[in-house]
Amino acid sequence: MPTKHGPVRSRTVATRRRAAAATLAVLVLPLTACGSLLGGESTGSDGDDDAPITLTVSTFNDFGYTDELLARYTEEHPNVTVEHIVAPTSDEARLQMLKAFTTGDGSDLADVVAAEVDWLPELMEHSELFEDLSDPEVNKRWVDWKVAQATTTDGKVLGYGTDIGPEAICYRADLFEEAGLPSDRDSVAELLGGKDATWERYFEVGRQFTAQSDAAWFDGTTGMFQGMVNQLPAAFEDPATQKPTDLAINNEVRAIYDQITGGIGDGLSAGLEQWTPEWTAGFQENAFATMLCPGWMMGPIESYSQGVTGWDVANVFPGGGGNWGGSFLTVPSAGLHTDEAKELAAWLTAPEQQTEAFTTAGAFPSQLEAQDSDAVQSYVNPFFNNAPVGKIFTARAQSIDGAPHKGRYYFAIRDEVNNALAAVDAGTNSPEIAWNQAVQTVGAFRIKE
Amino acid sequence: MAVLTPQRPAPGSGAPERESRRLGFSQRLGRWDVKLSPYLYISPFFILFAVTGLFPLAYTAYVSVHDWSLLGGQGEFVGLQNFSDVLAQPTFWKSLGNTLSIFVLSSVPQVIIAITIAALLDQNLRSATFWRMGVLIPYVVAPVAVSMIFGRLFADQYGLINSMLGVIGMDPIAWHGDRLASHVAIASIVNYRWVGYNALIFLAAMQAVPRELYEAAVIDGAGRVRQFFSITVPQIRATIIFVVITSTIGGLQIFDEVRMFDATGLGGPDRNWMTTVLYLYDVAWGNQHSLGRASAVAWMLFLLIVLIGVVNFLITRQISTSGAKSRPKRKSITRGNA
Repeated sequence: MPTKHGPVRSRTVATRRRAAAATLAVLVLPLTACGSLLGGESTGSDGDDDAPITLTVSTFNDFGYTDELLARYTEEHPNVTVEHIVAPTSDEARLQMLKAFTTGDGSDLADVVAAEVDWLPELMEHSELFEDLSDPEVNKRWVDWKVAQATTTDGKVLGYGTDIGPEAICYRADLFEEAGLPSDRDSVAELLGGKDATWERYFEVGRQFTAQSDAAWFDGTTGMFQGMVNQLPAAFEDPATQKPTDLAINNEVRAIYDQITGGIGDGLSAGLEQWTPEWTAGFQENAFATMLCPGWMMGPIESYSQGVTGWDVANVFPGGGGNWGGSFLTVPSAGLHTDEAKELAAWLTAPEQQTEAFTTAGAFPSQLEAQDSDAVQSYVNPFFNNAPVGKIFTARAQSIDGAPHKGRYYFAIRDEVNNALAAVDAGTNSPEIAWNQAVQTVGAFRIKE
Repeated sequence: MAVLTPQRPAPGSGAPERESRRLGFSQRLGRWDVKLSPYLYISPFFILFAVTGLFPLAYTAYVSVHDWSLLGGQGEFVGLQNFSDVLAQPTFWKSLGNTLSIFVLSSVPQVIIAITIAALLDQNLRSATFWRMGVLIPYVVAPVAVSMIFGRLFADQYGLINSMLGVIGMDPIAWHGDRLASHVAIASIVNYRWVGYNALIFLAAMQAVPRELYEAAVIDGAGRVRQFFSITVPQIRATIIFVVITSTIGGLQIFDEVRMFDATGLGGPDRNWMTTVLYLYDVAWGNQHSLGRASAVAWMLFLLIVLIGVVNFLITRQISTSGAKSRPKRKSITRGNA
């Protein structure tokens, strides 16, 4: 679950694997589909509680569901055998799920299917394909905005939360020091405004920093835009009518756009698009000093920054809280054992299991109780100057209020604005022209249904 | 060739017809065998083609006139609405321009370089097999791997090519920023992969050219270059037409290379290198979720390929027939001189 995933589904994936995934998907799909089909059908009937059955779980990347953990479920439920299918990337898993619904009713899917938060809007359009998992008792497990992300407008809950990606600011203490800024993590949090940190303040400090340093302030526009636009309760659509807001007169988004392009104009951006070879090389070249940083981003930062010392994490995020990524377990209605599958999904996402998943795969848990566990609270990251990241990200998760409204147009429009920003960042277009192009492209979408 | 071709059918078609007139059932069976068997033997190809080629084509046409969403499935009949929606999207037109530009930048140099390499390999080289297999190596490498390697070469800020340009004092080229530069970079990935393959096809054709023609030309005092243009090229024109048409079809369907050219795989922020096939993919699986529109794009691309294929065929035929006409003239001149 460190979902190497950015704000834009397509923009997000660890680069090189994904095209391979796309090309391979067609070849691999029939195989995996067969596998899950056999698994799902195997034996037993729904009526008999003790008949032996096999349940399949499909996930992607690394959810931390080890064979031992799954074997424990069989110990507790002797009639259930659990099979685990893992897709290498979340993009591949998404294609697999869409394909199962495009070419059939979804009975080719596993009994429990993991879904990334970024695909939820498209699944919510067709919520009839999934079991309703709302359960007042179980739903108390999670931070409330996690449940809200998976809840449809008519109150149906499509998935049980697994991990989340609360965002803090990762920064280079050594570069801060060279530029004459305070560099220990508490002072940096204060410098950016502490509890009342704002984006104005963040950009302002960035201007101070770049005046004294060769490095840029942040890596590129993708992460920035995702972090900022995610704080608007209804960025691109009107929750009441479900209609898209006309981008040409969307002042809130335009304000964010202007703020970022202004930052680019002042040289705050290193102009590196996330997950490109340029971006990974940028870590070695000291190209930028800060990043908006969800918990799972620490893994990639560490692996790209070999030989670089000075990374640290500050317990602060401008404009309130921010979440980037995270997943859910869903139960497709076409499965043969939906009741048993629900039980398994609930068990897997229980605090005990997710605490274990945090220890094995580093997936930051979305369950309050799991966040309070010793494993999380005592966790420090040596690469980030021994920062108590368990405590920091727990605090960041609690500073988030509510889940922004994301309907069927959300990603379509956000991707276009994001493209416009990337074009300005790369220097291929002026802010005004790029914005107008985005408005024009969005206008030509005319998404129906 | 022109002399041989009409002669061949005469004995073949004439003989069985004459015999068959007063023969019984078993002979009639034999006659059917002669007449029908060839079609039966090749029928598996056409049956397979109907299943895997014609049916998808027809079904795509059916999908393209319906409102057809990725998850929702078939909607109502909308006529040509999908086509007009696609034509109204600026990205479609941009992708078409990109496709044509990358196609020209890849196919033209590809054929020229391939034919040159083939001509060199056709000479008496030491360890000829080694060189011949050598040019095929890039073709063996998976396209995704090739794209990854070239991705490093063509990186904007820390790429090898820009570093080398810096060494000789030139400004770095924005391989991902400038539209034309990105097309050149992608075309070179395509060329790297396909030049060797095409060179071997040309080489095979060149080996079939009768050596007497070259001997005669040498006696007439023709140099290497003259031999190449006056003998080799006209002699292998059928192969040239074949290669030009296959590389046209391939060039208009470039996908892997552009998909791998950056992290997003959707043609860059300005869609500067989004090809039509990539656009098709994005319409279906990306944010528009519309299989109907994607099918409309597929059909328009199909028609475009047919159109360009026909133009291509006509032009290449024009060149080759004019070559064929001029050949006897030249011969008669040389003969006159001799």
